Amino acid sequence: MKGMTIIVKNVTALLSGLVFLYGCYIVLHGHLTPGGGFAGGIIIAGSFILLVIANGIHYFRLNKEKEESSLFEGAGIFCFLLLAAGGLLLAVPVFFKNLLPVGTPGELFSAGIIPIYNIFIGVEVAAALLSIFLAFVIFKTED
Amino acid sequence: MITYLLCFILFLVGLYGVLTRKNLIKIIIGLSVMEYSLYLFLTLIGYIEGGAAPIIDPSKPASLVVDPLPQAFVLTAIVIGLATTALLLAIAIRLYKKYKTFDIDKINTLKG
Amino acid sequence: MDSLIPLFIIIPLGIAFLIPLTWRLIPGICRFLPSTGMLALVVIAFFLLFYVGEGVVTYKVGGWEPMDNIPIGIHLVADGLSMMMLIIVNIIGMMAGLFSIPYINKYTGENYYYSLFSLMVAGMNGVVMTGDLFNLFVFLEVSVIASYALVAFGTSKYELEASFKYQVLGGIASLFILFSLAMTYWYTGTLNIADVAQVIRSGSEGSTALFIQLFMVAGFGLKAAMIPFHAWLPDAHSSAPSPISAMLSGVLIKAIGVYAILRLFFTMFNITIEISYVITTIGVLSMVVGVLLAIGQWDMKRLLAYHSISQMGYVMTAAGIAMIIIAKGGETRVAALALAGGLFHMFNHAAFKSLLFLNAGAVEYSTGTRNLKELGGMADLMPITSITSMGASMSISGIPPFNGFFSKLIIIIAAVQGRFYLIALLAVIVSIITLASFMKVQRYVFLDKTRTQKLEDAREVPFLMCLPMIIMAILCLAMSLMLIPGIRDTFLLNAVNTLLSVIS
Repeated sequence: MKGMTIIVKNVTALLSGLVFLYGCYIVLHGHLTPGGGFAGGIIIAGSFILLVIANGIHYFRLNKEKEESSLFEGAGIFCFLLLAAGGLLLAVPVFFKNLLPVGTPGELFSAGIIPIYNIFIGVEVAAALLSIFLAFVIFKTED
Repeated sequence: MITYLLCFILFLVGLYGVLTRKNLIKIIIGLSVMEYSLYLFLTLIGYIEGGAAPIIDPSKPASLVVDPLPQAFVLTAIVIGLATTALLLAIAIRLYKKYKTFDIDKINTLKG
Repeated sequence: MDSLIPLFIIIPLGIAFLIPLTWRLIPGICRFLPSTGMLALVVIAFFLLFYVGEGVVTYKVGGWEPMDNIPIGIHLVADGLSMMMLIIVNIIGMMAGLFSIPYINKYTGENYYYSLFSLMVAGMNGVVMTGDLFNLFVFLEVSVIASYALVAFGTSKYELEASFKYQVLGGIASLFILFSLAMTYWYTGTLNIADVAQVIRSGSEGSTALFIQLFMVAGFGLKAAMIPFHAWLPDAHSSAPSPISAMLSGVLIKAIGVYAILRLFFTMFNITIEISYVITTIGVLSMVVGVLLAIGQWDMKRLLAYHSISQMGYVMTAAGIAMIIIAKGGETRVAALALAGGLFHMFNHAAFKSLLFLNAGAVEYSTGTRNLKELGGMADLMPITSITSMGASMSISGIPPFNGFFSKLIIIIAAVQGRFYLIALLAVIVSIITLASFMKVQRYVFLDKTRTQKLEDAREVPFLMCLPMIIMAILCLAMSLMLIPGIRDTFLLNAVNTLLSVIS
């Protein structure tokens, strides 16, 4: 599919960075405001998908993108599992234990290990959704 | 009471879509509408009259808060529904490549 | 010791996420990783079974202790029944994993296969071990979505169509399960299984519990392929790759279907007379209709899939008989006998049905066809496959000394002692028709000498495919030893007592 008109291309180039930043904000403040890993990850994926849709599929080397994003997805979820199991080995032997110090509710650096979980989940969900989208697009162009 | 009835009507709309439509994509959309009606029902269960949103804000302590557990349940169920829909769409695309049509009357080869 | 319990979820999940990352570097080792992981889990499961014994060990995830006796975390429960199911799931998983190493070599995208396979086993481990309703739903969905993708793995026309039907019906079943969980939360205000049991038993009787139970029968009954809900099973189990058919028919319909119904109905709800009639009716219908539909089949795996419906009907009938006896206030001794027979049949069926599917897969690997009319006389070309298939066929038909005979005998004795003469007669008739059906399979595939010309150069399958078949055939013989009183107490009676412990 060809890309869209030049107005759309320029505006998307400006806007997709802002959408990415908004997604990162939602991921990082997951323990204070609604959102967290899933919703933030989907918004981050949305910013990449916006670029692909606006610029057309011949603009990028899609196979390389797909392999990179699959790698991010696998690495993200594996680090999440390592963190969760880390509580099993290091501290009191309990799965998923909250290791880091819990501060006062309402601050950014509080709630122990939950923001780090949110970051990994955000990376993993964004990469997974981007992989799904790229798989559909690549499959369509293989006609 | 009327909201639960509306959830049930949405479920019936989705069920009508799954049962009577011949296009693969319309069956997938019907299944998604059924799932959304169930998420709505689940969130409505936790509603308490006059309750505030379940977010801790030290400056404005709220006395009555709606139940946050069904909301967490619904978030997980939405992600599961996303995975199911993505897998259904991938299979629908491959079916289109094999049969060159989305019509389920022509894809009906396994019998007996 | 308690910290060994989450390993059943961590190890398969870790393997599933590790394989796509490291496939390019070490493909040879990655192929053996799922089987090795499951071997480790079988050892841990045996160890925990002897350690837990009669009691119950709960593991609180995240260390969240109950406040004011209200549980606020997710509990993982290890008792006799869940440890026994874990042993079965992981043994069959290990065998199917070994079998699939040469089998999947013919497909592309192997790394996704092993990753999805590990995910499916991780989901089943989670379902069997959980003590929380929300956790049950999440792990149920994990394993079922992995199985949707695995059924469509070869991407031929038949597999895609079968997977689509399976997905739509399975999706609706998951919606029914989610609805029943939502109603349970609304009715009791908690999601922990032990806590729900306390609230329902101390509360007033109402028709809400019956409403919830009916939706659970619909949802879990579709996952277990009971008779009004069986339409997806013949297509999905016959079109999938053979090790996946063995896993689906051998453990998936048990772990997320029959096990979930038994655990939730016996532990959480009061057993009333209406629901026990529903379960017995569904069980008897599955038994009879499954085997009647199976006789006329000429496709080997489709025939085996219909027999799965029939054998699962045996287990549900036994559970239904136990529930009727308990609801009417009869002797719990007969109910315990019926339940022991049902659980024993569930464990046996995992062994011999997966062996039968692996045999069908070996025949398909060597000859490329599944049609009974084209095959013939495989006994001299493929000796190991034909000997193990004969053993499994005798086992499913109920011929001593194989394990199927003993479990069917216990169910029939329990039915007669509880004065359900019609059910006992139907069980015997269904067993005879099963014998006839499998004699047909044996004659057409292995013993008859007429076959088409192009099958002359079929050879025996590679060693990695023979080894699981031999081990499972030995297991079929060895499981009939489970009735010796010493072994019976550890394996079978602990499982029965955990289900009946809330009653007597």
